[in-house]
Amino acid sequence: MTTRIDTRFADLAHEGRPAFVTFVMAGDPDLDTSLQILKALPAAGADVIEIGMPFTDPMADGPAIQAAGLRALKAGTTLKKTLALVRDFRTTDNVTPIVLMGYYNPIYIYGVDAFLADAKQAGVDGLIIVDLPPEEDEELCLPAMKAGLNFIRLATPTTDEKRLPAVLANTSGFVYYVSITGITGSASADASAVGAAVQRIKRHTSLPVCVGFGIRTPEAAQAIAAQANGAVVGSALIDAVKASLDAEGRATKATVGAVADLVASLAAGVRGAKQAAE
Amino acid sequence: MNQALPNSFRSGPDERGHFGIYGGRFVAETLMPLILDLEKAYAQAKVDPAFRAEMDGHLKHYVGRPSALYFAERLTEHFGGAKIYFKREDLNHTGAHKVNNVLGQIMLAKRMGKPRVIAETGAGMHGVATATMCAKFGLECVVFMGAVDVERQQPNVLRMKALGAEVRPVSSGAHTLKDAMNEALRDWVTNVHDTFYCIGTVAGPHPYPMMVRDFQAVIGQEVREQIMQAEGRLPDSLVACIGGGSNAMGLFHPFLDDPGVAIYGVEAAGHGLDKLHAASIAGGKPGVLHGNRTYLLMDPDGQIEEAHSISAGLDYPGVGPEHSWLHDVGRVKFLSATDTEALDAFKLCCRLEGIIPALEPSHALAKVADLAPKLPKDHLMVVNMSGRGDKDLASVAEHLGGQF
Repeated sequence: MTTRIDTRFADLAHEGRPAFVTFVMAGDPDLDTSLQILKALPAAGADVIEIGMPFTDPMADGPAIQAAGLRALKAGTTLKKTLALVRDFRTTDNVTPIVLMGYYNPIYIYGVDAFLADAKQAGVDGLIIVDLPPEEDEELCLPAMKAGLNFIRLATPTTDEKRLPAVLANTSGFVYYVSITGITGSASADASAVGAAVQRIKRHTSLPVCVGFGIRTPEAAQAIAAQANGAVVGSALIDAVKASLDAEGRATKATVGAVADLVASLAAGVRGAKQAAE
Repeated sequence: MNQALPNSFRSGPDERGHFGIYGGRFVAETLMPLILDLEKAYAQAKVDPAFRAEMDGHLKHYVGRPSALYFAERLTEHFGGAKIYFKREDLNHTGAHKVNNVLGQIMLAKRMGKPRVIAETGAGMHGVATATMCAKFGLECVVFMGAVDVERQQPNVLRMKALGAEVRPVSSGAHTLKDAMNEALRDWVTNVHDTFYCIGTVAGPHPYPMMVRDFQAVIGQEVREQIMQAEGRLPDSLVACIGGGSNAMGLFHPFLDDPGVAIYGVEAAGHGLDKLHAASIAGGKPGVLHGNRTYLLMDPDGQIEEAHSISAGLDYPGVGPEHSWLHDVGRVKFLSATDTEALDAFKLCCRLEGIIPALEPSHALAKVADLAPKLPKDHLMVVNMSGRGDKDLASVAEHLGGQF
């Protein structure tokens, strides 16, 4: 079956440009502002939107995304409200792919089958669940595929040649290459090393490969996007949200615009990159 | 011990690290290859007679094993029921059972060629044991410790520093053990090539729960021999405190298939099970955190809740997955003791036995006070005295208003 993700990457391939994938945290700094940010993203140049599902213990995330998750939880965000956010977004945008990204426990507690049904119905296209490696595919990956959602896997510099086929086996939508060994928001990767890694992955799959972790500037986004089918930016957008808040951590008039402006400049960088050779 | 009998309680985990529905390998992809490497290295070391012989030598000459099995005569008289024995893990080098596991893991780190070791610690006993073994084996050591715990366990912070370890206070979340573990995992994901993560309890992704249990099982294996020598038969009951549950698993595991041995794990009930506490089995439900599925304290949305216990070593919102399974199948009975009950037991043990227990095993002693008086005088009860209480004196004094 074809999801909005498949359609979007096919269109981008046709246009010959890489995707700009943005990550924002659901409910950061509050649910209303979060919805406005989401709605502003496509016009600012986001091709795919990843929405973080806040979790108290994000083991693979750096301080920026940890803090964003806690702001969102403090503002009353739950998994149900995250799905409602997607539903609200879909009332005005039925083409931009939405990927939910987070950790397994809130989904496990929600109930896997109920979550998949509700997510699909809300207009979610794919899932990235950091703490579900292929060894645990029966938990969510296989049921998600059956429910018509893409399960997007992370490949990392430690995913060796022997392991890649297992990692890619049940992946769909695209492959998210984590360009460094480390947490989100840490140092950026060297573009040529990323290029080699993307080519290595492409020898095993025909899926698009997007690269994330450590991309903060239009120049870096361009350099990385030139080596892949897309570049993912998260912590830099989260930092822009944070910088726009008032002393009590509340949204200001500047919040939505600050994120949209940064997305626009990063998108210009990505669009300046030529699509990597297939 | 790996020859699984049919219907054995000792045959877990399966090859994917599951104890029933619990356990597993819920980690980021970056860590997955490392965990598979560790599993392979441990499987090889386990059957290598040279590894075993070296470990036995260190356990005897450096750790000071076997630890005594001590008849607590005055406590027995005081309760007027079961005959109470203490397994004296507090007499080990570094003052707790933690060292049994750390020795095994550090030998494995050395064998795998990892020059840098990281660890999380709550009460600081695992951190001290890790710092100690890293000093002995010449490895770099970084210990992550919640900022709150750094405050309430100062003596152990000083010990770690004296032993050459770097102590990194963790100020995310509640600043306790759970957050220290998150931070250790973040470090590991960043320093995959040279770093060995020495987990302090029977939790985390497979193979840790199994491996830590195997290293701690020396406790129960010794008790079997020692009680046979002292009494000519196996004990009637075992009691141990449970945070993550490594001292308890070490004592329990060799007895799981002896149906005549009743087994009690004691969780920390903090201010009470209806208030802030750390009793994951009594007050939690199954969820996924820190690499495994197990009982966890969480809200209805699956967000992890902060645990509370007077004992930093029990102040964790989860429990080892094998304990979760043993609870579900009914082989181990889980009880809980409040902060106040633990303090009372702490005082009693000091006065009657001349042993200053750590606050962690004071929770076990608190339930001995409930169980022992109702049992006959020929009932043999073994309590795991998992650590010494020197580290807790300042916080106990504070709770008791300066009056012991």
